[in-house]
Amino acid sequence: MDKILQKLYKTVADLDGIPQEGAYNLRADGVSIARNSTKNITITSKTEVSGIDIHIKDGTRGEKLHIPVALKAAISERVFNDFHIGENCEVTIVAGCGIHSDCADVSQHDGVHAFYVGKNSTVRYIEKHYGTGAGTGARILNPETVIEVGEGSVFETETVQIEGVDSASRITRATLGAKAKLVVREKLMTHGAQKAVTKFSVELNGAESGADVVSRSVAKNNSQQEFIARVAGNNACIGRVECDAIIMDNARVSATPEIFAHHVDAQLVHEAAIGKIAGEQIIKLTTLGLTEKQAEQEIINGFLK
Amino acid sequence: MLELKNISFAVPEKEIVRSVSFKAEKGKLLVITGPNGGGKSTLAKIIMGIEKPQTGKILLDGCDITPLSVTERARAGVGFAFQSPVRFKGLRVQDLLRLAAGKPLAAEEACVYLSEVGLCANSYIGREVNASLSGGELKRIEIAMLLARGTKLSIFDEPEAGIDLWSFGHLIACFKKIRARRDGTVIIISHQERILEIADKIVVIADGKLTDEGTKNEIMPKLLHGCMETCELLKGN
Repeated sequence: MDKILQKLYKTVADLDGIPQEGAYNLRADGVSIARNSTKNITITSKTEVSGIDIHIKDGTRGEKLHIPVALKAAISERVFNDFHIGENCEVTIVAGCGIHSDCADVSQHDGVHAFYVGKNSTVRYIEKHYGTGAGTGARILNPETVIEVGEGSVFETETVQIEGVDSASRITRATLGAKAKLVVREKLMTHGAQKAVTKFSVELNGAESGADVVSRSVAKNNSQQEFIARVAGNNACIGRVECDAIIMDNARVSATPEIFAHHVDAQLVHEAAIGKIAGEQIIKLTTLGLTEKQAEQEIINGFLK
Repeated sequence: MLELKNISFAVPEKEIVRSVSFKAEKGKLLVITGPNGGGKSTLAKIIMGIEKPQTGKILLDGCDITPLSVTERARAGVGFAFQSPVRFKGLRVQDLLRLAAGKPLAAEEACVYLSEVGLCANSYIGREVNASLSGGELKRIEIAMLLARGTKLSIFDEPEAGIDLWSFGHLIACFKKIRARRDGTVIIISHQERILEIADKIVVIADGKLTDEGTKNEIMPKLLHGCMETCELLKGN
């Protein structure tokens, strides 16, 4: 594995090379370069389309699965990964995509992930996006995630895109069964002329289901962000959508939280706030000895932590 | 030691501070008091560099800090606890204390500063400095930040505002402790008698002017007399 791949895998999946244990599938430039299944987690290639099927056995607990993607070549790919997670599992899945481009051609990865989570399981899903390299070719990432959360299960997803991705369109659709929970935490920073679109759609179908969708973003320079989160309460449920954005320079941000109650016991709330860094915040931190630039950075780092 | 020489500050159509001069000695606690809207907080902001005076000089240990920015003054040892503390979404109490200390701060160290201002440290250290904290809690965190900073000159702008009676006792104890250290100059802007009582020196600012200064024994009787006169006037009306 060369240094560029090492850096990409480290950044998006916190991996120092090929893992020594656990289940993993490392994909680079359109092919799998390393794979390992375990007793409880089986990874197999799809035959009709590009991608993998992952089966996690009932009762699998404390295991971690890494499936990062790296692109160094200017290719465009669409990959389909399906996750079948059994009952009573407790697993962490680390995905993510890093693109290194030193040329003028487009590099694009569209990852379509489908999660089918059985009863009473807890899944933590981490997905980081990162772009680097001196090339002028656009680095494009379009993740599409479908999540079916079974009765009594919890699905926590953390998505992070901080640097180097020119265009991203993230679409997430989730349906929840009885007593199922979905927690979404999105952190996003765009700069230059980057564009990022995020669309969440959550159907709270089961009684006592709940969703907590929170997006925090920073838009700098001439970048553009669009956030649309739709939560529908179709049963006795609790749902919350929060979108907070810091806008800087000439950036543009739009946030549209939508809540739909289709049941008298659905309790739904949304909040959206967009604004620049408050002058008094900068002044406060300068009274602690920070320069204005350092103060701004600390505020952004804290906001996206 | 801090010395103000003929400090004046005006906004269009209003003089806020009018040729104010006084000294705050090293190791002493000076309280600035006076009616609301008299220019006390503006004076504090001028010392910190948040507002720039039109005339006058500010000397810290003999050095002219008037041209220095807020950052430069902070680095020179000036600290300022805001009257209305600022909220930060995402930054935790421990983050602010670390920034105040200017170095990595272990949780135990951060807890010491929070305990000094009467906060049960463990339950606060990881909390975001956002709307979930009350005004009184934020005030105490603001003061803890100055303790963590260890400044040459510490300015507290109405530290008692928004603090409940029980915590106020803690606050007085905290200022007494700071005063007992005698290792820096402390300026507190306050109307509170209990804070005036711990002052080494009191400066009275009214209508932008320094109207009186002296020890608490000299100033307190005049302030109380003034209050009584006001009360009589109000009764007469």
